[in-house]
Amino acid sequence: MTIKTKNKISFSNTILILGLVFLYLPMLILVIYSFNESRLVTVWAGFSTKWYGELFEDQQLLEAIGMSLKIAFWSSCMAVVLGTMAAFVMTRYNRFRGKTAFSSMITAPLVMPDVITGLSLLLLFVAMANSIGWPEERGMLTIWIAHVTFCAAYATVVISSRLREVDRSIEEAAMDLGATPFKTFIQITLPGIAPALAAGWLLSFTLSLDDLVIASFVSGPGATTLPMVVFSSVRLGITPKINALATLIILAVSLAAFITWWFMRRQEARRLQMMQLGDDFFDESEDESTKTGDFERRRIKSAYSSYKKVERTESAAV
Amino acid sequence: MEVLNTQQGSSFSEGLKRLLPGRKFLIATPYLWLLLFFLVPFAIVLKISFSEMIMAIPPYSSLVELVDETLSISINLGNYLFLAEDDMYIKAYFSSIQIAFNATLLCLLLGYPMAYAMARAPQHMQTTLLLLILLPSWTSFLIRIYAWMGILKNNGLINNLLMALGIIDDPIIMMNTNFAVYVGIVYAYLPFMVLPLYANLVKHDHSLLEASADLGARPWKTFLSVTLPLSKSGVIAGSMLVFIPAVGEFVIPELLGGPDTLMIGKVLWQEFFNNRDWPVASALAMVMLLLLIIPMALFHHYQSKELESSHDH
Repeated sequence: MTIKTKNKISFSNTILILGLVFLYLPMLILVIYSFNESRLVTVWAGFSTKWYGELFEDQQLLEAIGMSLKIAFWSSCMAVVLGTMAAFVMTRYNRFRGKTAFSSMITAPLVMPDVITGLSLLLLFVAMANSIGWPEERGMLTIWIAHVTFCAAYATVVISSRLREVDRSIEEAAMDLGATPFKTFIQITLPGIAPALAAGWLLSFTLSLDDLVIASFVSGPGATTLPMVVFSSVRLGITPKINALATLIILAVSLAAFITWWFMRRQEARRLQMMQLGDDFFDESEDESTKTGDFERRRIKSAYSSYKKVERTESAAV
Repeated sequence: MEVLNTQQGSSFSEGLKRLLPGRKFLIATPYLWLLLFFLVPFAIVLKISFSEMIMAIPPYSSLVELVDETLSISINLGNYLFLAEDDMYIKAYFSSIQIAFNATLLCLLLGYPMAYAMARAPQHMQTTLLLLILLPSWTSFLIRIYAWMGILKNNGLINNLLMALGIIDDPIIMMNTNFAVYVGIVYAYLPFMVLPLYANLVKHDHSLLEASADLGARPWKTFLSVTLPLSKSGVIAGSMLVFIPAVGEFVIPELLGGPDTLMIGKVLWQEFFNNRDWPVASALAMVMLLLLIIPMALFHHYQSKELESSHDH
């Protein structure tokens, strides 16, 4: 039996390795050919960094990068605020009028084809401009609204899956001890979900930076984002400048991923250390608390141990 | 677990009632945002799909008009009749669904073993593997599709390699075909299939597999009768996450597909940007939405199920 299991595992392992090669090989080829001397992307003519030089001279491209970064930054900030509110509502309020509609509106943007979202938002902006005179012209603001709307859906999913895992007995203990819900949220809940907020922000940032279709619909003459510039140049064929740009993007993302990975490792180590300390503390105080019948302390202790359980399963999941 | 939750929830919401305006504010803000920028736009698309194209700004007629004290409401079904008469549109819908379905199946066949291997990998490797799967989806979608242009075209990497090795004399035409569209969709959407599958498979109880093996089931049979049924909601959530956006995909058929590749997202884009026919584009969007409503409901159902089961765990 063990031998057969091993065979099966090695089948799926092979597919995993092939799948990763499939995912990474095209990007590796892009990176290699960004250093190609020749304009013909597929013929190797020697090492050169001249395409990077041309990239930094392209004023239109640099402006588009600035525009995209600005939109992505503000979109992800707003998306995290809205996403946290929506996630809190979804996980903490059991019943309110229109909850089904609410949760459907949260998940639908995750799969809605871009062309539909883009068209519908554009028609909304046009109708609003006709009836109430706002927005006067389409551009950064309209792209920002569109991006916040679909990024908030992703942020909600990320944050609510974390909110579900956070142990509520600590929140309850805090409120039993007289903290207001707001204070409880700031002091207990927020630190617990901080990594999810960061993850939701980063995800929103990359989604906003990446969007071509929705931005093309809702943008006006003044606002050209990076994907629009890339798309119009790629449509005409392959240019080594885009390879250079791709390399820089891949480099930035890999760096961010590496930092994330490193922080996750460090946090994991620190959490294990804290757990060890906590265990020692509660082990020593066990006798005393049962003797004096210290109810509050026992309560905190039980909250602590269930918190630890959640932490363990989480670290297994992450 | 269920009972416990509702008890916790009720005492919690009792605590929250102390700050009632806060609760209302918390619900109202995201609710209103979504109503205004997600639901209302669909009503406007529906409205414009019943209007006529005119040469004006905005380029559509209004449905309700008050002329000489007569209120006239004109609902123009012409756009929908136009879609039904021209078989190009029907073919585009049909082939979009077919391409998206096949690509989803390919993603599933490739993604399932990958997710399975990840869930079975040693604990310390899982974080790294997860990041490796996620990383490509953080880089630009457009650029990853562009990468395949250089690989698939007639004087591209694959053809150059095969000709250099003497396997073929003339280049194989891969670029601007449906084959290239399949490659693009599978490549771009694979992470979205692997992630929900992994999240599901990693929660499975190993002892069930051992029990099944102890009772004499072969590994293949154990997989079919234990693992696969248990991962049903992950399979459906992942498949819908690939299928629904792929039906309306624009970038991939535009860059990798050829003139024969009919996909509805591309047709809609052309109607809107090239023909400037907003009413027909709206009608196209409404029909596409109608076709996708059932898959979206499926996704919603199994996505919530997945989230709740991760909570129970």
